[in-house]
Amino acid sequence: MNLLGRQTWKFANNIYLNAAGTAVGPMESEGPLGSYFDKTYNNLHCGQKNWELAERQLMEDAINACLHKVKMKPEDINFLLAGDLLNQIVSSNYTARGNGIPFLGVFGACSTSMESLALGAALVDGGYANRIVAAVSSHNATAERQFRYPTEYGGQKPDTATFTVTGAGAALVSKEVSDIKITSATVGKVVDLGIKDPFDMGSAMAPAAADTIAAHFKEMDVQPDEYDLIATGDLSGVGAPIVKMLLKEQGYDVSDNHRDCGLMIYRSGQQVFAGGSGCACSAVVTYGYILDEIRKGNLKKVLMVATGALLNPVMVQQKESIPTVAHGVVLERAEGGQ
Amino acid sequence: MATKEEQQAYAEKIKSIQPKPPYVLNCLKAFLIGGIICTIGQAIQMFYMTYFNFTEETAGNPTVATLILIAALLTGLGVYDKIGQFAGAGSVVPVTGFANAVTSAALEHKSEGLVLGVATNLFKLAGAVIVFGAVSAYVFGMIRYIFQHLT
Repeated sequence: MNLLGRQTWKFANNIYLNAAGTAVGPMESEGPLGSYFDKTYNNLHCGQKNWELAERQLMEDAINACLHKVKMKPEDINFLLAGDLLNQIVSSNYTARGNGIPFLGVFGACSTSMESLALGAALVDGGYANRIVAAVSSHNATAERQFRYPTEYGGQKPDTATFTVTGAGAALVSKEVSDIKITSATVGKVVDLGIKDPFDMGSAMAPAAADTIAAHFKEMDVQPDEYDLIATGDLSGVGAPIVKMLLKEQGYDVSDNHRDCGLMIYRSGQQVFAGGSGCACSAVVTYGYILDEIRKGNLKKVLMVATGALLNPVMVQQKESIPTVAHGVVLERAEGGQ
Repeated sequence: MATKEEQQAYAEKIKSIQPKPPYVLNCLKAFLIGGIICTIGQAIQMFYMTYFNFTEETAGNPTVATLILIAALLTGLGVYDKIGQFAGAGSVVPVTGFANAVTSAALEHKSEGLVLGVATNLFKLAGAVIVFGAVSAYVFGMIRYIFQHLT
């Protein structure tokens, strides 16, 4: 049985994450994880004439870097599962137009990174694909335009606001043996505890993360100490303590092994409010830093939970609260692999 | 879907974790920067009155135009949003804030062309100021008119 409980997949076959590629903008490359990224740009335009093209460039770079590492071409890939934060996931659509890989568009806001990886792993496990690439992107300026104000508008943001990560991550998944395994995934349900402030997405998303993590523990019948690291995507300085508190209430103590990608990607001196956010936040930290740590053996088993605020500016203006979702994927060091 | 009670319980629970907005500090910063902007405006007005042939009344227009030009330039150079993050209302309320709202929208939508991009979106943020400015001018004008005719 590949389904445990209601919402957790335990992959029947050995599914491997063969390679990953990352591309980031200037703030991320200056952050503490800067050296882990494949391609870095020293300005937000990434050599393009507008922000949307810049984001597309990042996603293309991430996919190319990923394929380059395993010396593959787009023709060697069955499906591209990709998503981003823009309307109609345009960065993904246009990237897929460029590389010609059969394409499945995915949207789960910032949770898209793990949503696409989990779906890709399931397709490979079920025999519906030999190789898939899961990719996501986000860009600070395109996200500002899409969800907030023009980039140069001088409105004041509160300390609970997050800073959208400029970057893209891509991962290649197949049954071909490598050093990192994808063993299980938990699909989250949409949770909404009534937070209406788009400048406080950490508080909005924490309950979704706690729900998915608790469901994962229950259905896998494991305790938090099973994992060397339980990482959340972009809960930031506000959401990270909340998720620990919510899990503790349910009897799970993650205070020792929980970290949030939104707090890992920037240095404390960088002006990013409560921390990083966006699809690329969890993607570049996972595909850049965490995979590297697993490869080195510093981490053996990681539960990566990408969190997404399914924010829509029109809905917020209509006084609706912000629905959120979180998806978890377990990454393990493949002992006896390569 | 969470019930009203669950939502309230959650809001109550996370209250201690959420950072509180530093209202007093924000007010002081707004006062300081807003005051500096107004002082600069005053200096510009004096300049026009001293070196050009303007009276206190007629110097208003070129002063506002100069402030708008400066704010637009600072927006284009990527400085005004940083001032805004520090100053809050201090840099939003003066005419420079209006200029920033218009210029930032114009810059943002440049990629969609001059007509459907820049022109269409120019007053995306500032439009509300114009609407309520016109409406309140009308209302107060009517009140003044009525009082003038009563007395």
